[in-house]
Formats: sequence, C-alpha cells, structure tokens
Amino acid sequence: MLPTLQTQDPYLERLPLILREAFTHYLPEPWHTLSNQLISIVVILSVFGLLFAILTLAERKILGHVQNRPGPNRTGFFGMLQPFADGIKMLTKEDIVPVAADHVLHLLAPVSLLAASILTFAVIPYGKNLVALDIDTAALYFFAVGSATELSVFMAGWSSNNKYSLLAAMRALAQLISYELPLIISWIPVVMVASTLSLTRIVCLQSGYSFGILPHWYVFTPWGFVAFALFMVSALAESNRSPFDLPEAESELIAGHLTEYSGFKYALFFMAEYFGMTALSGMAVSLFLGGWNAPSQYLTFIPSYLWFAVKLLSLLAGFMWIRATFPRLRIDQLTRFAWKFLVPLSLINLVTTAFWILSQNWGHLYFIPRLIITLILIVVPYILLSKKLGRGYAVRTYTYAP
Amino acid sequence: MYGFGLIRGLIVTGKNFVQSFYNPSRYTTQEYPEVKSTPPEAYRSFPFLVTDSETDPLGALRCVACLTCEKECPAQCIFIEKSKDKKPDANGRPQFYPTQFIIDSSVCMSCQICVEVCPFDSIKMDKVFEVAVSSRFENLLLTRDKLTKSNQYFHLISPSEAQEVDDRLAAERKVAQEKAAVQAKAKAEAAALAAQVKPVPAP
Amino acid sequence: MNATLLITIGVTLISSAVALSLRNLIHSVLLLVITWIGICAFYLIFNAEFIAFTQLLVYVGAISMVALFAVLLTRVAPSTNQRNKQSVTRFIYALITGLSLFSLMAFAVLHTDSPKEKVEALPATVYSIGKALTEEYAPALMITGSLLTLAILGSVLLAAHSPQSKENS
Repeated sequence: MLPTLQTQDPYLERLPLILREAFTHYLPEPWHTLSNQLISIVVILSVFGLLFAILTLAERKILGHVQNRPGPNRTGFFGMLQPFADGIKMLTKEDIVPVAADHVLHLLAPVSLLAASILTFAVIPYGKNLVALDIDTAALYFFAVGSATELSVFMAGWSSNNKYSLLAAMRALAQLISYELPLIISWIPVVMVASTLSLTRIVCLQSGYSFGILPHWYVFTPWGFVAFALFMVSALAESNRSPFDLPEAESELIAGHLTEYSGFKYALFFMAEYFGMTALSGMAVSLFLGGWNAPSQYLTFIPSYLWFAVKLLSLLAGFMWIRATFPRLRIDQLTRFAWKFLVPLSLINLVTTAFWILSQNWGHLYFIPRLIITLILIVVPYILLSKKLGRGYAVRTYTYAP
Repeated sequence: MYGFGLIRGLIVTGKNFVQSFYNPSRYTTQEYPEVKSTPPEAYRSFPFLVTDSETDPLGALRCVACLTCEKECPAQCIFIEKSKDKKPDANGRPQFYPTQFIIDSSVCMSCQICVEVCPFDSIKMDKVFEVAVSSRFENLLLTRDKLTKSNQYFHLISPSEAQEVDDRLAAERKVAQEKAAVQAKAKAEAAALAAQVKPVPAP
Repeated sequence: MNATLLITIGVTLISSAVALSLRNLIHSVLLLVITWIGICAFYLIFNAEFIAFTQLLVYVGAISMVALFAVLLTRVAPSTNQRNKQSVTRFIYALITGLSLFSLMAFAVLHTDSPKEKVEALPATVYSIGKALTEEYAPALMITGSLLTLAILGSVLLAAHSPQSKENS
C-alpha cells in the first residue's frame, strides 16, 4: 500500500531524490545512509528556516493590508529584505541577563524549546517518499516531543528570577496543558479510522478519488471536519498564537516569561513559535487534508511536494487571517473554553467516529441515515455546549450619549 | 453564540485584505516621501517676509520696521534692527526698512500673532514643514535673506489669502493715488492761480 | 553492548545521581527529566517505540509539570539545606537501604532462568500492542484505568475538602 517511487513517475516527482543521489554518489558505500540522512536534515532545516524568515514578513504584510496599510515596503522590493534586517538587529542587540538569574537555565530554555520544535519536523511526510523518519508511531512521536516545549516555558519563567515572569510562565503552562488534551483527542478519530499511527500510511489511505474529482480526505467526512476544526483551534493555542497569545502579548505582565530575554534568545523563542506553528500545520495537512495528495485525479501531474506546500501555506495564511480578526482571550476565558467546550466536544467526536466506523458495513443504501445520525451527534452537543458556555453573559449593548 | 459572529468577522477582514489592493478607500496610507499630502490653506509653520519684486527682493520688502511684531511676539523670538535712512515704498512714501530681521525658529510656536498685528501685510505664515537641520543653533536662526520670499510664492501657497491682501493693497493704493491726484490738481490750480496773479512787478 | 547503549546507561545513571545530590530542587527535577529521556532512549535501542514515546509523553510532558508545580507550591528556600550531624547518620541508613534493595533485585535478575535458545522477539507494532491490550489483556487495562480514575478522584476530593474542614473545626 505504501507507494514507492516508480521509475515511471514523472521526473519532477523524483527530482529531490535524484538530487540527493547525485550528492551521495561520490561517497563510498558504507556512508550512503548517513549521508542521505544528513542531506535530509540540512534540507529540512534550511527550507523551514527560510520559511520562518518569509513567514515573519508575510505576517506583517498580511496584517498590514487587512489594517489598510502596507506592511514593510522600504527594505528591498516589497520589503523582501526585512527578515534579514530583523535578523541583523536581533544578532547585534546586547544580551542582558539579570545578575541573580540562573544563567545555565536562562540559556538552556530557548535552546531546548528550539530543539524540541525542530525535532518534530522529522516525521512529517512532505511528499511521496520524502519523509526524514518513517517510523510506525510517527504521530505519537510528534506529540511526545512537542510536549517537551512546555518544560522550556517553565524554565524561561523560573530562571529569570522575576516574580512576574514566574507568574506569567505558570499561566502559559496552564494554557499549554489545558489545550494539549483537545489537541491529542482530536486526532484519535483519524487513528481509529486508519488503524495505524504511521503518518505515511495515513496519507496513503487518503489518496482515493470519487468520480475523479472528490478526494477521500478525512476533512470531508463529518467527524473529520469537527476533528480538523478542533485540531486547528488547539494548534492555535498550543503555539501561543492569537487569539490565545496571552503569554507573549506586550501588555500582559510585561511580555510574560520573555521579559528578561533580549537579542538573539528572544529571536529563538519566536523562531520556536513559528516552527511549532508550521509543524502543527504540517500535521494537520497530513492527518486531515490528505498530505501530499492532489485534490483531483486530473491534477496529479503537479508533484506531491508542491501540493503539500500549497496546503501548508494556505493553513498558515489562515492562522494569520485569524490573528488579524479576533481579540485576545483572557486566561479564565481560555481555560474555560478548553475544559468546558473543547474537551467534551472532542470526546463526543470519538463516539461519533466509533459510530461511523461500526456502521460502515450497513450498505450503500443507508448512507443518508448514517450521515443524518452523525450530523445530529455532532450538531446537538455543539449547540448545547455553546449555550452552556455563553450562559451568564448578556449580549453587549452600547449606549451612546444623546 | 454558535460561531456565526466569528465567521462574519473573518469575512470583514478578508474583504478588507482583498480590496486593499485595488480600492483606495481600503488602503489609506500615503507613502511619504513619494506622496506628500497637501496641507490645508490655513496650515502654518513658520513666518516669512513678503517682498513685491523678484529681481530685487531685499529692496522691495513690505516691512517698514515698525517693531510691532517684535513687541507682540509671545515667545520673543523676533529681533529687528531698524535702518537709519528711509527708502520709498510701493506707494512712493519714504519708509524705514529693517537692516536685520532674525526669527529664532527653534523658539517660534507658529501662533500667527505677528501676522495678525502687522499693519503692512509684510509678514505671513509659510507652509514648509521639511525644515530639519543638523546643527542646533546656527541653522535654526533664520535671517532676513532666508526669510524673504516673493509675493508670487505667497500666491502659490495661499491663493485666496494672497488675493485678498493684493486686492486690499491695490484698493488702498488706488485711494492714495486718487487723493494724491486730487491734491496735485489742487496744487496745480493754486500754482496756476499764483502764476496768473504773480506778473505784478514790485516797485 | 555497543557504544549507544553504554552512553545511554551512563547519561541516565549520572543524571539521576547528580539529581539526588543537588541542593537546588528545581535543578534536581530538571536533571530527573534528563534521566527520563535516557530511559526513553533505552527503550528505543530495544525497538520498543510505542513505550518509548509514551514514556516521553507521560513523564517529560506531564509528570515533570506535576513535580515542578509541587516543588513551587511548597517552596523550600534553598538556603535551609544545611548539613547537620543527623544528615550523616541518615546518609548511612539510606545507603544501607538502597544497597540491600539493589542486591535483592540483582539477585532476582541474575538467578532467573533465561531460555536456552534465542527466541525471536514478537513484532511490537502498535497494531499488535493495541490488539493485545484490547483482547488478551483487556481486564488488566480496565482495572488499571479504574484504579487511576479512583486515585485522581480521591486526590481531588482531598484537595477540595481540606480547607473546608479546617474552617469548620
């Protein structure tokens, strides 16, 4: 079932592997696997590093255009050199560490955060046969390594020797562990349907087409759509993005756990946040949006890594769109939203998926009743839970002076 | 409550993003310095001295060194030195003129009181705002030659005010000319009368 | 016994030993995190991927948080760890207890009969683990689950009721 690259696949599809082979060709035979892995690592790091630089610029431009202004447009054409200017600024800033701070932990916090964020890139399938680490428990690896980022947040807050940083780090930790639960429960339905944790197999299982134009992605099933929405909301909160960016907002406890960081360490924190955002979007693409599959049978001539890139970039643009639109949530609103809305909804989605799987062999005639029952199982709890969540808060009325 | 407000908000910002590329009302930035905004006509930055001729600017200054603006300036930033001799002005009458007219633009607060009290319409407000200099005291002290600008320039920057001043000055000049003509005529008649009576020789 | 295994064992043991001897509690907890990562590497060397990443998720992701919160909420000032005469006798008692426990476990491990011929390890894919857990060992899973639920409920009840009982009495 796993596709291996056939020699009759189009040339563009095989191009990355051909290039890699051209490099390892010159080395002796025992070094081939090591060299292949090293080239994969270098390519992943450089591509996603460049993507981080472009993302910072894209975010400022998109936010600017939504707010009736251009973003940066003075440094180079359309501000293309702005990320490099920002990098130079961050590198040349003085690195101030408080005297009473824990110097080892102060340095270790952004480094371990970045290390954990980069490690998560290893299992995402970027294209056919383009995955750095093809293990059986890929999804579990991703979230296990991703949960090591919470420790770095605590280290950052603790080592600053600053009461406000510690309090803000505690709040950030509370947010991270509250949203970890819906994040993980939301992709369990995918594992239930695919009966495997391996990301390459999950992407392969989504590669069929109905009538040539309807892809079999999991997002187009009722339970998959709910799971995708839950995953995206939890991913927003896990990577500290608006509207859940309480830990890093400038007006909240003076930049929170990042108060005592300046210069390159500050840049490392933001690099880790963008990497986390990109990795979670990559997971969402692989789990729900069909990974590197084309949306229709007639578009498969476009290579798989380009489809992955298109889907990833559209999810990231969606993140920025959401940032431009919604106001920030308070910490009690955050935690209430996670525990009283997302967790029950994700657990009910498990039940819905179980029903969907167990009713698979009812026959084609029963498709509509199946769909109706599934939709009821989704919509009714959603309405009840959102009513309960919004109870006690009146709709805001505005009175103006006469 | 069910998330419809969220979708509506997303549509609003999405519309703003898409239309900011072709609809000028959704892209309100004026990119200085390529696009300079035109200030309104009553905008004022620092004073300047009006002169009526372009070929001899310092000779045709309207200012007669009456020292009123120096006395009335609340920030006391005008320094005038009156001349010892007199020169004829636009109406032909001999007037003093300022040999030194210095405005300290680091102190001037653009209040326009000097313009309001000037009886000769000789000091008016300019509209230049790109006056940043790199030395603190010498270049911010505007002397007479830097302050002198022509009436054509005044028409350029404040057309209606310049037109009003010109009309008023022309009307005054006309009144003065008519008065002078009447006086000259009376004087000529008196001279002619004296010339007629005069030929009686004295014994 | 290859280099990877030796390095993993070394890192695990050294970090846990240093964690036990440090004055600063937060540093001890963070070194314990390195110990847990070492155990995860240990599982990975023996191809038990599922257990390794579950270990990472549970210990490094969650239990470290519990330990840190516990240390922070019951703050002991680091300057109060002073050496006094009782510490030496306590150290000796701890050493005796630890050595006796270690020798008991070593005796048990060394004197177990291992099979004479090499047995091929079963493929520990997630599918086979899941199948075993839900078919063969399902009662064990359910009992463990209910035990954990009872423990959590009990701790929540204890934490919720103790200030009230203090106020009442």
